[in-house]
Amino acid sequence: MSEHKTTEMLQEEAAKIWAGIEGKELTNKDRFAIPQQEMPSQDPTVRAHNMSEVALGYTETQARVEAERCIQCPTAPCKKGCPVGVPIPEFIKHIQQGDFKGAIDTIKNTNLLPAICGRVCPQEKQCQSFCTIGKMLKSPEKAVAIGRLERYVADWERAMDKITVPTPKPETGKKVAVIGSGPAGLTVAADIRREGHSVTVFEAFQKTGGVMVYGIPEFRLPKALVAKEVENLKKMGVEFKTSFLVGRTATLDQLLTEQGFDAAFIGTGAGLPKFMRIEGENLIGVFSANEYLTRSNLMKAYDRDHADTPLYDAKRVAVFGGGNVAMDGARTALRLGAEKVYCVYRRTRAEMPARIEEVAHAFEEGVDFHFLENPTKFIGDEKGRLIGVELLSYELGEPDASGRRKPVAIPGTEHVLDIDAAVIALGNDSNPLMSQTTEGLNVTKYGNIIVDENQKTSIPRVWAGGDIVLGAATVILAMGEGRRAAASMNEYLASK
Amino acid sequence: MHKILEKRQLSYDKERDQSVFYYKVEAPEIARNRKAGQFIIFQLDEDYGERIPLTIADANADEGWIAIVFQTVGATTRRFSMTFNEGDNVPVLVGPLGKPTHIEKKDGLVLCVGGGIGIAPLHPIVQANHAIGNKVVTIIGARTKELLFFEDEMRKASDELIVVTDDGSYGRKAVVTVPLTEICEKEKVSEIVSIGPAIMMKFCVAAARPFNVPITTSLNTIMIDGTGMCGCCRVKVGDKTKFVCVDGPEFNGYEVDFDNMMQRMTAFKDKEREADHKCRVGLDAGKVRA
Repeated sequence: MSEHKTTEMLQEEAAKIWAGIEGKELTNKDRFAIPQQEMPSQDPTVRAHNMSEVALGYTETQARVEAERCIQCPTAPCKKGCPVGVPIPEFIKHIQQGDFKGAIDTIKNTNLLPAICGRVCPQEKQCQSFCTIGKMLKSPEKAVAIGRLERYVADWERAMDKITVPTPKPETGKKVAVIGSGPAGLTVAADIRREGHSVTVFEAFQKTGGVMVYGIPEFRLPKALVAKEVENLKKMGVEFKTSFLVGRTATLDQLLTEQGFDAAFIGTGAGLPKFMRIEGENLIGVFSANEYLTRSNLMKAYDRDHADTPLYDAKRVAVFGGGNVAMDGARTALRLGAEKVYCVYRRTRAEMPARIEEVAHAFEEGVDFHFLENPTKFIGDEKGRLIGVELLSYELGEPDASGRRKPVAIPGTEHVLDIDAAVIALGNDSNPLMSQTTEGLNVTKYGNIIVDENQKTSIPRVWAGGDIVLGAATVILAMGEGRRAAASMNEYLASK
Repeated sequence: MHKILEKRQLSYDKERDQSVFYYKVEAPEIARNRKAGQFIIFQLDEDYGERIPLTIADANADEGWIAIVFQTVGATTRRFSMTFNEGDNVPVLVGPLGKPTHIEKKDGLVLCVGGGIGIAPLHPIVQANHAIGNKVVTIIGARTKELLFFEDEMRKASDELIVVTDDGSYGRKAVVTVPLTEICEKEKVSEIVSIGPAIMMKFCVAAARPFNVPITTSLNTIMIDGTGMCGCCRVKVGDKTKFVCVDGPEFNGYEVDFDNMMQRMTAFKDKEREADHKCRVGLDAGKVRA
């Protein structure tokens, strides 16, 4: 592990570079020579024991230097990699000119939640994977750090108190129900409200934000940021109804027929945790990642002095899976006081679906990765409490349908790992509540809502998007679906 | 807002220092859409409160209220009973959750068995069966007389009510499985509904088995979200893992692994004791109104 660089050290490095380039006409060759600016972060030995944000954000100098790496390709290949089509070279151009307000306004024309996306988007698989600089350096990780720049200007806007809340068009008198207040729902709410329609967002939990509040931990996405985005929507006139479970508190049909909603958007997310169906899975100490993270994040159980919701004390925790949720689970376990945290994944680091930065952070913080292993059964004591897990070793075979090399079990390699808590992060199935309580809503055999190219469902006046359509995906893909749905809904409402 | 319209103490268990309270709460949307067997989740604080599931004990759609009945077994329920009074608002209340009870016209009688705090969730099921014209015989039981409640309500909604106490201080001295067996021996019972402590439901299932009568049990496992998202409430039913919050709360009693359920319910027992202790110490010091 390389030595941890403090913000001051990184700032000093950036300042030196800046002194050499400030005010100069830079050639592409000059820009190519500028090293990528490292994201300042909390020291791993410290941060593994606190809930504060790990990545601290660029300094102004770093942002200016990093922006100068962009060569302003006329074809903007990066933009193609963005699910919502942020005009990336344009916003970076504004940073190059020192116009941060111009940069954030440019982003916000297409992405309403830049402070969030800058933090949680898998940029190396999206915009940065198309970046010319990254291609020249043969790694999307070395591309222009688009996400960090996006975050910088979003944070700058908030810190400077310069957030511009869009003024909605005159009231149309039309009403839209948005079901779920996660990334898809918030995007739809903003886009529709802007057109002057009244919008009510229904949220089953006591707090708004969906997965950004119950799932993604504070150390990766501070909850105050999510609250701020919701506050901005409220300023635009969007109404929020929490503790309202559509399907039960009122059915979708009741909203559309009795409560006078002209249209509805379903963005209820992928909320039904997958288990492995192996022996011992119902032992005490075996948790879904959703439960483990919800206790800590939404219910704030990490704040032991204030929270009523208890945590399960465990010294040795194993997390199963290789995605972002698994990283969140493992790193949460460290912060909740586990002495040893394992991450068990049946392929290798190269195949992990998690954001590269999250994997790197987990390694730095001391998560012990067990690659090419998979559990076969959980082992409990006489009181039904988890004491261990039996693992089987794997090797990589031929590529499978996903293009990744398929893990193949090696018979006879069973071995036991002593643990007292297990966190299963193998994804979610779709929650059946909406389909069970809504007649005529067509879903796939996996329970995902079927939509057309405009996100329209099988029910008139009802659209859907995000994980309830995609299966478990990302914040930005959910937002992309939300934008598409909102455009179609606005068109429908205008024609009515 | 969910204003508390009425608050009553239904019982006090001296031995365990636990009370049972009845709260009638304003909740027009829930009252309108709820059906027998469904539950709500409440929280005393949006930021730090824990989420507690409670079955709806009664409701009136026209007047827009639901009734909840709870036992002061932990820190949250104690605080609820001590610091929330008529006129106060319940900060967080969501529902109705879970699948409604399947109520249909039966040939034979429906035998409803409630034990302890389980008498409350049983009440709407008795009412619903009565309302569609089923013959309903209800058995309610408790350790001792002071712990019984809803006797009048149950009598009103049942064709026959049998009251038992473990110590014989009121009604018949017996556990609920005794009259259950007697009735199954002499009458045509189409269905048994049993709600109470897990151990009681387990024994009711065992008592029903020789008669091969279908038995429905309602499970009260630990929950967080109550909408299927976390799986905290899962329990083995038949050879499958089921979520009590969305697949239940009612399941075929013959298929429920009550031992697994009882074990899982002890997951946070140490913590509860700790919190309960802390809470009461704090209350004593602060002289909070009772």
